[in-house]
Amino acid sequence: MSNILEFVWLIPVLPLIGFLINGLGRNNLSKGLSGIIGSGVVLASFIISVLVFVQVKSGGSLDNSYFDFINISSLQLGFEFKVDVLSSLFLLIITGVGFLIHVYSTAYMHDEPAKDFAKYFSYLNLFVFSMLLLVMGGNFVIMFIGWEGVGLCSYLLIGYWYKKEENTDAANKAFVMNRIGDLGFLLAVFWIIAKIGSVNYDVVFSAASLAKFSATDITGITLLLFVGATGKSAQIPLYTWLPDAMAGPTPVSALIHAATMVTAGIYMIARSNALFSLSEFTMTVITIIGLATALLAASIAIRQNDIKKVLAYSTVSQLGFMFLALGTGNYVAAVFHVLTHAFFKALMFLGSGSVIHAMGGEQDIRNMGGLHKHMKITSVTFLIGCLAISGIPGLSGFFSKDEILAGAFGVHGYGKVIYAIALFTALLTAFYMFRLYFITFTGKFRGTHEQEHHLHESPAAMTIPLVILAVLSIVGGYIGVPEALGGNHALAQYLSPVLKSAAHHLEHSTEYILMALSTILVVAAILFAWMKFKNYQGEGEATGFGRLLQNKWYVDEIYTAVVTKPLAALSGLLDRVVEKKGIDGFVNGVGRAVNYGSRQLRLVQNGQVGVYVLLMVIGMLVLFFIQLFA
Amino acid sequence: MGSYITFPELLIWLPLLAGISCFFMKKGEAAKTMAILASCIVLAVSVGSFFYTDAAQYASYNTVNYYWLKHIGSSFFLGLDETGRLLTFLTALSFPIIFISTQKNNYKNPGAFYGLMLLTMAGLMGVFVAIDALVFYFFWELALIPVYFLCSRWGGEQRIQTTFKFFVYTFAGSLLMLVGIMYVYMHTPQRMFGDGSVSDHSFALQSFMGALLQPGEQQWLFWLFFIAFAIKMPVFPFHTWQPGTYDQAPTAVTMVLSGVMVKMGLFGVIRWLIPILPAATSMFANLVIILCIIGIIYASCIAMVQDNLKKLVAYSSIAHIGLMCASLFALNELSVQGAVIQLFSHGINIIGMWIVIDLLERQTGVKHISQLGGVAQKAPVLTIFLVIIALANIALPLTNAFVGEFLMFSGLFKANAWYAVAAGLSIILAAVYTLRMIQKVFYGETNAVTACVKDISFAEKASLGVIVVFIFLLGVMPQHIIEFTKEAVTALIALKK
Repeated sequence: MSNILEFVWLIPVLPLIGFLINGLGRNNLSKGLSGIIGSGVVLASFIISVLVFVQVKSGGSLDNSYFDFINISSLQLGFEFKVDVLSSLFLLIITGVGFLIHVYSTAYMHDEPAKDFAKYFSYLNLFVFSMLLLVMGGNFVIMFIGWEGVGLCSYLLIGYWYKKEENTDAANKAFVMNRIGDLGFLLAVFWIIAKIGSVNYDVVFSAASLAKFSATDITGITLLLFVGATGKSAQIPLYTWLPDAMAGPTPVSALIHAATMVTAGIYMIARSNALFSLSEFTMTVITIIGLATALLAASIAIRQNDIKKVLAYSTVSQLGFMFLALGTGNYVAAVFHVLTHAFFKALMFLGSGSVIHAMGGEQDIRNMGGLHKHMKITSVTFLIGCLAISGIPGLSGFFSKDEILAGAFGVHGYGKVIYAIALFTALLTAFYMFRLYFITFTGKFRGTHEQEHHLHESPAAMTIPLVILAVLSIVGGYIGVPEALGGNHALAQYLSPVLKSAAHHLEHSTEYILMALSTILVVAAILFAWMKFKNYQGEGEATGFGRLLQNKWYVDEIYTAVVTKPLAALSGLLDRVVEKKGIDGFVNGVGRAVNYGSRQLRLVQNGQVGVYVLLMVIGMLVLFFIQLFA
Repeated sequence: MGSYITFPELLIWLPLLAGISCFFMKKGEAAKTMAILASCIVLAVSVGSFFYTDAAQYASYNTVNYYWLKHIGSSFFLGLDETGRLLTFLTALSFPIIFISTQKNNYKNPGAFYGLMLLTMAGLMGVFVAIDALVFYFFWELALIPVYFLCSRWGGEQRIQTTFKFFVYTFAGSLLMLVGIMYVYMHTPQRMFGDGSVSDHSFALQSFMGALLQPGEQQWLFWLFFIAFAIKMPVFPFHTWQPGTYDQAPTAVTMVLSGVMVKMGLFGVIRWLIPILPAATSMFANLVIILCIIGIIYASCIAMVQDNLKKLVAYSSIAHIGLMCASLFALNELSVQGAVIQLFSHGINIIGMWIVIDLLERQTGVKHISQLGGVAQKAPVLTIFLVIIALANIALPLTNAFVGEFLMFSGLFKANAWYAVAAGLSIILAAVYTLRMIQKVFYGETNAVTACVKDISFAEKASLGVIVVFIFLLGVMPQHIIEFTKEAVTALIALKK
């Protein structure tokens, strides 16, 4: 194979074909066939992605415009792909993790009727297609096509069980909140177009370096792009859709709402680092929002009892960490954490799916307990996920999280404050993850007898992906071993053509201290969780602060009261008063007046010649006077 | 003049003759067949006209100029330019789709119904090809008058009231335009005809563009024309005839109104208003854009609280049209190119919406969102079509509307960033009301009303299929339609003063 890069277009096209086959043939395909087609196309894309990765590693890259999308004199926009170090890495994550989740789904969704089964796989394929478009796009518009495409697939999959209103409500919420972000993204794109008439990455970034944008332009554009990122990547203020998105099938939560789609915002900012680095203000905003989201979501996760909700808030929190890394200019760390997080969060979501599967649909951890005895593979792999996310040395999460924390520590001025808050959040992370683990897998079973009777380990199609992801969660971090630990950070080197390494270098001794500190505290948090929850027997109603956390700081309620309800009231008012009474009332009034007027005027035509003559004379006089004075 | 019969003539005479012959048909089926057949032939002619676009080479195919009312300076002057070709194609494509998808609806006195529909078609064609103001006005009325009869005779329960309002509104608009036309006419230069005869003034578009108008005159003339066109589109606050009419008119007529006829107003702006009054256009552009943007948000908000499906689509259409109108007045390459694409896209998308609604109403007798539910279980194919069309309606990427809206918003942004910010809110609001509609009507459990719903038949599948093909064709590869309309766009923005 001379140059695999000539075939990169196959990477997104294959899942698209899978989507079409499963979508159009859903009435005729057997479950086995839909599953094989659905997973097969993604596997094929994965294989090509690996080859592409190898090629890119040895210095290859691709910028290709396949055809003109929109080409007018004030905007040249091609259907362009760009494959370089950054996108090739994301290709691996999307197709690799995506493939595992497809395989897992064949077992998890097996009780669905064949028609819906095919529909499910067609949506998954469409999602992979959109996500690939997002990362392979060579300009902001192609990225946006994927960007809204993943939003659509997320909507379709959250509302997959569409008979329940709760699910479709969650789907609508996800779409609308994403759209709010998308408007920000779009406005940024319009801004770029208005300034330079192109949205091609290379053109935009070189224009930025040549100072063709004013400082206001840069800050405005980057802030608007970040608004887009807060929607897709579930950050304050647009994060509330993600926990609700758990209404979808669990593998979907793993694929879309943990491993891939939600990292789109991170990818976009990393991709546009040449722009973002130019605006200190935007970077500060990103840091603050990321940190605040990480802390807020972690605090909520402590008090959730739905296994998927805990993981969802954990995802929001981890994404906050990634934004913190971006905001501190630590792009490599952010991408590194995307990678490791994809492994361990997909692992834990699939693990939770395995648990839910065994529990017959039960998601409340208060009704679980002692599951380790019944499902050892799930339990052990889940434990590995928990250790990895907590940042236990040697596992993947340790390296990436440590890099983020160290980067934050090195920020001039307020770096230590950021570090302290981030470290505290990391402790919360360890605590809520192990709370979840202990309540679910240790102690006594608290569900019904029937459920207990049913408990079983999941089939191989589900456990094998778990094992693979567990292995990756352990070893995935070794591509980014920092210099301080004698590594050479292969990932940073790989990404160096696109992403600068962390701006703030710390003394090795400082790094050792930070690592030791976080490790000790995390272990302490885990032990605390163990003491508190190893023999969990349920707990009383939450009160005070705990209740506030359990109710997610009432953010949803606040949004309803501040945005949703007033908007509905305003719309109702416009409809009933302004439209019907005001404008239409006026029009009808005119109509009535004309009617009335003509009825009066009709009286003039009464057949009496005298009246006609009189009117005629008056008319002539009027004309006469007009002539006289004109 | 030419030795051939030209495309514009064919496009007008075919539906006109077919329409007249429909009136004499006793059998409903015959009239229906006639209508479908005639509209398909017109479609073929329209498609054929795309092979003869080269203005210089095929002038004798595309323009025709009969001496008509020479002594007053009017001639029967028709011509097919890019925008006209696009809109005649939209008309030619819409009518067969409309006839085929609504063929299961039974009308009393079908001969007259189909006859009037075809007359409307002829009128619309005339509007899009007229290059003489008097001819334009003539066809403008020809397109409208049959619609009054269609609404008042075949409409819903409140048809008299709504038709009356529709009539008053559009009639007022037409009168304003007539006054405007006459005033401009009085200020046109002499016209010399080919045979040597001379008239004092002229109705030709070229002469109108060269009319000697003082700035002050331009300013009030602008409002005469603008209000006439704004009523037709309709733009806030001239829109209140529209939701009621869409609701009460027979669905086939609503499709014509919303898919094609509203384009008359926008086309009027492109063909007549901006070219005749460029200075006043630049003067009032911002005012018009602000009016449109108020309308966009206003209509989107009202759409969110509609329970009546038809009114929901009506208000959503007001928002979409408002965006197109604002973009035309922003008058830069991006915005106008977007608006021109959207003229076509909006037309077919909204007809697709009506097909689905008509189907539901015919089967359930219900058009209120709160009474429907769970249709997806009963009619999965219909639901897929609806979802695709609805997503196009909210301008999802890779659908046709995305291209248009994307360009329009970028153009508005270029004109003034705040325009795009304010109008952009409709992107969010549109998602809210469209998804709510999908959720309440198609998702959820079925109820007594929707239990009887059957999936779509072949004819409907074919109609919707054509629409979906266009949605993706223009959505994935819009450059073709851009190439086709580029010159018209450049010519229009060159008029900017």
